[in-house]
Amino acid sequence: MAQGKVARVNGPLVVAEGMKDAQMFEVVEVGEPRLVGEITRIEGDRAYIQVYEDTSGIRPGEPVVGSGAPLSVELGPGLLGQLFDGLLRPLGEIKEVTKSPFIKRGIKLPTLNREKKWHFVPKIKKGDKVEPGDILGTVQETGLVEHRILVPPYVHGKLKEIVTEGDYRVEDNVAIVDMNGDEVPVKMMQKWPVRVPRPFKEKLDPTQPLLTGVRILDTIFPMAKGGTAAIPGPFGSGKTVTLQSLSKWSEAKIVIYVGCGERGNEMTDELRSFPKLKDPWTGRPLLERTVLVANTSNMPVAAREASIYVGVTLAEYFRDQGYDVLTVADSTSRWAEALRDLGGRMEEMPAEEGFPSYLSSRIAEYYERAGRVRALGNPERFGSVTLASAVSPPGGDFTEPVTSTTLRFVRVFWPLDVSLAQARHYPAVNWLQGFSSYVDLVSDWWIKNVDPDWRIMRDFMVRTLLREDELKQIVRLVGPESLAEKDKLTLEVARLIKEAFLKQNAYDDIDAFSSPQKQARIMKLIYHYNQYATNAVERGIPVKKIADKITVVPDIIRSKATIKNDELQKYDELENKLKAQFDELLKEAGA
Amino acid sequence: MESSMNVREYSNISMIKGPLVMVQGVADSAYNELVEVEMPNGEKRRGIVVDSQKGISVVQVFEGTRGISPVGTTVRFLGRGLEVKISEEMLGRIFNPLGDPLDNGPMVIKGEKRDINGEPLNPAVRDYPEEFIQTGISAIDGLNSLLRGQKLPIFSGSGLPANILAAQIAKQATVRGEESNFAVVFGAIGVRYDEALFFRKFFEETGAINRVALIMSLANEPPVMKTLTPKTALTLAEYLAFEQDMHVLAILIDMTNYCEALREISASKEEVPGRGGYPGYMYTDLAQTYERAGKVVGKKGSITQMPILTMPNDDITHPIPDLTGYITEGQITLDRSLYNKGIYPPINVLMSLSRLAKDGIGEGKTRDDHKDVSNQLFAAYAKAVDTRGLAAIIGEDSLSDTDKKYLMFGDAFERKFVSQGVNENRDIETTLDIGWEVLSILPERELTNVKVDFIKKYHPAYRGKK
Ligand SMILES: Nc1ncnc2c1ncn2[C@@H]1O[C@H](COP(=O)(O)OP(=O)(O)OP(=O)(O)O)[C@@H](O)[C@H]1O
Ligand SMILES: [Mg+2]
Repeated sequence: MAQGKVARVNGPLVVAEGMKDAQMFEVVEVGEPRLVGEITRIEGDRAYIQVYEDTSGIRPGEPVVGSGAPLSVELGPGLLGQLFDGLLRPLGEIKEVTKSPFIKRGIKLPTLNREKKWHFVPKIKKGDKVEPGDILGTVQETGLVEHRILVPPYVHGKLKEIVTEGDYRVEDNVAIVDMNGDEVPVKMMQKWPVRVPRPFKEKLDPTQPLLTGVRILDTIFPMAKGGTAAIPGPFGSGKTVTLQSLSKWSEAKIVIYVGCGERGNEMTDELRSFPKLKDPWTGRPLLERTVLVANTSNMPVAAREASIYVGVTLAEYFRDQGYDVLTVADSTSRWAEALRDLGGRMEEMPAEEGFPSYLSSRIAEYYERAGRVRALGNPERFGSVTLASAVSPPGGDFTEPVTSTTLRFVRVFWPLDVSLAQARHYPAVNWLQGFSSYVDLVSDWWIKNVDPDWRIMRDFMVRTLLREDELKQIVRLVGPESLAEKDKLTLEVARLIKEAFLKQNAYDDIDAFSSPQKQARIMKLIYHYNQYATNAVERGIPVKKIADKITVVPDIIRSKATIKNDELQKYDELENKLKAQFDELLKEAGA
Repeated sequence: MESSMNVREYSNISMIKGPLVMVQGVADSAYNELVEVEMPNGEKRRGIVVDSQKGISVVQVFEGTRGISPVGTTVRFLGRGLEVKISEEMLGRIFNPLGDPLDNGPMVIKGEKRDINGEPLNPAVRDYPEEFIQTGISAIDGLNSLLRGQKLPIFSGSGLPANILAAQIAKQATVRGEESNFAVVFGAIGVRYDEALFFRKFFEETGAINRVALIMSLANEPPVMKTLTPKTALTLAEYLAFEQDMHVLAILIDMTNYCEALREISASKEEVPGRGGYPGYMYTDLAQTYERAGKVVGKKGSITQMPILTMPNDDITHPIPDLTGYITEGQITLDRSLYNKGIYPPINVLMSLSRLAKDGIGEGKTRDDHKDVSNQLFAAYAKAVDTRGLAAIIGEDSLSDTDKKYLMFGDAFERKFVSQGVNENRDIETTLDIGWEVLSILPERELTNVKVDFIKKYHPAYRGKK
């Protein structure tokens, strides 16, 4: 293992000399406090190290010791429900150790608790042939998640021994595999280098929607299990709230929330609310399916760079168990800035806006780790990793390198708009700029499971919004009063779509999560309103009159926050009222 | 800095540039080690090591390098980091960021030496802000509520009354139903002397001066002193909040000066500049300042942070307000056109935001209708501003009747709700009632953001009839 001495300290970059056996991306310990770092360049016997902790006080001559291994994380029971830092150190336990509200550097605590015992149930027998990914046994880690203990990649052979059902620690050997005569012990915990994607049998196209309970996302720009999405937007436009909604309400088995260079309080918010909130799909506390990774903006910048790889590695691990995993990262711009900062200190040639020239390949590699796969091992399992990330463009300018590059690699785009956000139209997703390449894919699901007219109604809403945009240009020239009645109606219907459907208050107990059925019911009301009103207009009734007489409209708008997901029959009343008021209107008008 | 070493002395200076001095022959200076530079005339300055290589140390001198000569100057490496003695004795006093008194008073005697760079708060120990601070200002309390432990900056423009507003907030801010142990820590960064004195006088007049500590660097001081100012101020704030159980309001003015100092230092280090010439790490640097706010589980005190910055050319997309907005928990934005209309405080509520408000308002905290009224006022005012734009093009006469109502609402909102006196302290009920009053200008069917029950309870049309 490499062993050298510090030659230079420049912020998070340390150069060490005498590092003859150093390997690229090897983890090293730097200086007397044994700060964790990673080798990112080697020149002769000089190693360039990005250090994950504050380097104050480190001086030339202090020792640098290699570990012989790349940056890796511990995977096994004990991840769920925890808050970790960017290197997967348990922040809750750090608090106990430091007895201080502040994070001290040089603290070495393992990710997984070594003492805790887990109830392991073996699933295969001594003598069975095993290959990578086979389920050795299971641990009911939380009420919601059965943790499947897998044969690590690269281990195969005959099962020489497996323990009986009982309580074990993560480092206890639960099995021994005879691998060509070698006895390989297998524990409940395994390690994996974060920068290397975990292997699988084959990558498949997504087939299922990833429902989120957020109407504009599910209905207008739908996500698929195994898909990729970016949420760019200026500060305060709702990126974090949207990601938080996804992490709360998505129909995913596991959620990994990576706070990458953002606010401390936002992580605290998740941590305090998740035990109380219930997963709408299972009714269990959300924390049971969640892992929180926090490298906040004030923590060392190099660990920020690593944190998103840590997050996606966790996701792959649960995917390999056969689960649908959602990883949200807030914000990949901060990760890119960490790359820029470290690249700059290594005196690399900067490309656009100072970002290193490999920015786009790194972004591509990251999103490449998403997808639906057939996992290694038996029994056959399918799992997926869905990646949704915030992007924080300087000045809200979407042409900057991180946003424009990200756009090339994601299949769903939820751009947030400053003027919508300022008008408090949330979620501030710009419906003219957004896109999803999964609309056709998810249509089948909606049509089969929710409403046969789903696609017709959805496309009608999209069309109306596009038409509204054109009409608004005309209004700016001639004023609203000179529009034809049918165009005035389009504006009125668009208003209804925005107020009753698109706007959704993430902080309202009822509105925050909209079941697919509820989404379809609201959409249907709007669709019917348009049908009735078009009929009325065709019979010469002015739109103004419709607006005056159809007094159920405010109730339709309020229904998102007054009608709960389990009392959708109340929509029948609204439907009836709407129909009755139009009938009345036609009768009065003698039409 | 944990590992302390002996003092080492060198006099081989190979280069002086901006605030930087390059010293040759130093084998073992520590990164961020404190350094004393002694000039031939006996004058001493301080600095820290910003790049430590075998044989070469780059030292950044706090007080600047003016007058330093490569010849005859001694550089002493002190074997420890930059620490400032912090104490509650600093309340009622004025200091520079190195802890030296600026008010002719004595040095701090009893105190705790602290590294002013601070350490990151562990997110696992943070306590989420939930207590509503009543500032008495409707545009803040009603629509962009401030909570205890929040970091909420004021985005100002040159000449706009940010200081007066900050002073009014500092004077009026209360958590209702509670006598609190409060303190104000004032970080005045590269300010003009009269600005600093404005606040001092203000607190003298309000009788609170003994609860206020002023950490100050003046406009004509070297850039490093400016960048140290908020760090020392927040170190004191942390001490008072988490060791002395005080509720601290930390006001930092003007963060634009801070960022410009940062840019100047970065340029002298020949770092690759980012947007607007500001260094690429400015986000992280600012975050290390702004994140020093909040509450901690098990501690009684709190830090509420109110940085003030000047948007160059009133441009909110300029890197300084932009990066700040990306870090803080909202912002109060001042607007020149409101100011020109004679509206005080000229708060543009649409461009303002309080991200934490949701947890501190509503039933049991302020009033049951608060969230709905706030949502409705935002929606209606946004529509009013939009309609104003339309009216300017096509003329008011071509607007629909409803749109005309929105125009009336917009004016009333600005003149009755936003506008108030410099000494006017409105309680939250008054603020919400004014909100209802201006909302009642609109047809009731437009009020879809409020629940029907609240309309029945608070709308002036029903209230009178009860
Ligand atoms: N769906 C929503 N419902 C209600 N309020 C919302 C919603 N989305 C956003 N908001 C409001 O907007 C504020 C800002 O949102 P958020 O913190 O998500 O912004 P952001 O884009 O992450 O900003 P930054 O880049 O600075 O982190 C929230 O605090 C909240 O008040
Ligand atoms: Mg955010």
